[in-house]
Amino acid sequence: MSVDISAVLEELLAFDKNAEVEKITSAIREMLRGKVKRRGLVVAISGGIDSSVSAALAVKALGPKKVFGLLLPETDSSSKSSERGKMLAEFLGIEYLKHNIAPALDAIGCYQWRDEAIIKTFPDYGEGWKNKITIAGGTSGQINHFQLVVEDPDGNQMEKRLGLNEYLQIVAATNYKQRLRKSVEYFHADRLNYAVVGTPNRIEYDQGFFVKNGDGSADIKPIAHLYKSQVYALARHLGLPDDICNAVPTTDTYSLSQGQDEFYYALPYREMDVALWCFNHDKPPAFLAEKLGLSEEQANYVYGDIQNKRKTTAMLHWNALTIEKVEGPFSSPE
Amino acid sequence: MSVEQTLRDYILENYLFTDDQSELNSADSFMGKGILDSTGIMEIIFFIEEQFNIKVEDEEMVPENLDSVNNLVAFIAKKSG
Repeated sequence: MSVDISAVLEELLAFDKNAEVEKITSAIREMLRGKVKRRGLVVAISGGIDSSVSAALAVKALGPKKVFGLLLPETDSSSKSSERGKMLAEFLGIEYLKHNIAPALDAIGCYQWRDEAIIKTFPDYGEGWKNKITIAGGTSGQINHFQLVVEDPDGNQMEKRLGLNEYLQIVAATNYKQRLRKSVEYFHADRLNYAVVGTPNRIEYDQGFFVKNGDGSADIKPIAHLYKSQVYALARHLGLPDDICNAVPTTDTYSLSQGQDEFYYALPYREMDVALWCFNHDKPPAFLAEKLGLSEEQANYVYGDIQNKRKTTAMLHWNALTIEKVEGPFSSPE
Repeated sequence: MSVEQTLRDYILENYLFTDDQSELNSADSFMGKGILDSTGIMEIIFFIEEQFNIKVEDEEMVPENLDSVNNLVAFIAKKSG
């Protein structure tokens, strides 16, 4: 599908990487010193590009002795992610801990609730089967809806549109993973008197691709202003290992391999970067259509999807609403 | 009760938390006016499938069929006809 995204990507990547690293690392120090008042940072390392670059920037800002890494795999995590996470922690020279959260997720019912909803859709689902959710609708003007894909132990894949209750239950159950990880991160942050790093990139932050009180929760988010392609560029600039620089974005949340674009975005990440950049720079749909090889109508749908996700996920960013403004230093960190 | 009134009552009760009929215009775009998000639309689909005994196909999940009371009324009439 990609036709001429190179010109936009070139513009996106034409930033001074040294200056960017300096800007982020001095801001991290300033935030810890002036606002957060903690003496180090906890970073959960998934083995993906965002957490790797966030951890590397934390180390650049504070040195390896003030950064604590966490590897938090569970039953559906890919073993490659864990290996890459371990490789990164050792590459950065930070202290780290691997804590398998599967027993805790099992105890709280995460897998059981999820499987109950899957079985309502595919009654034969059971031991040895795999699953994932995919999104449909984004570039075709349809209302976004979700398909459940399962694979039996013989490798046969089947797909059905998810009913509302089953969809909500599967998502609620899998959100336990991000929320439990965050509890573990804050345990170690409290124990060490550190702050917690959130690792969303700009498209995740802007489009609300995170779990409230899960991966969305953090004290600082050092790469939330960077497009995903910029994060990859910084990974190479920071000299991170090739396996990490070449990591393909996945959600690492479902047992079948699932690209982020399958689950949430209308487009793969490079195209999504280009679409969001064009949207933010007031480029008309015809411009985006030409860059991505879409029809103008499809480009309009992509812009509509961006606006819609921004609007519908805004509340994920908010703190709890109060009936009237309660004044105090907690109103704003300034 | 008419299809339109059934839909209006459902939306007023569940999304606008009122029984004041003036709060909802049957031509209002649910998503445009921020009455529903895409999960809300999924709830509406669930509701009309149960209530009117119809099946909404994937290709029918477009705003023209689902994004206002008027659109829903026309869509349900077409499906039931």
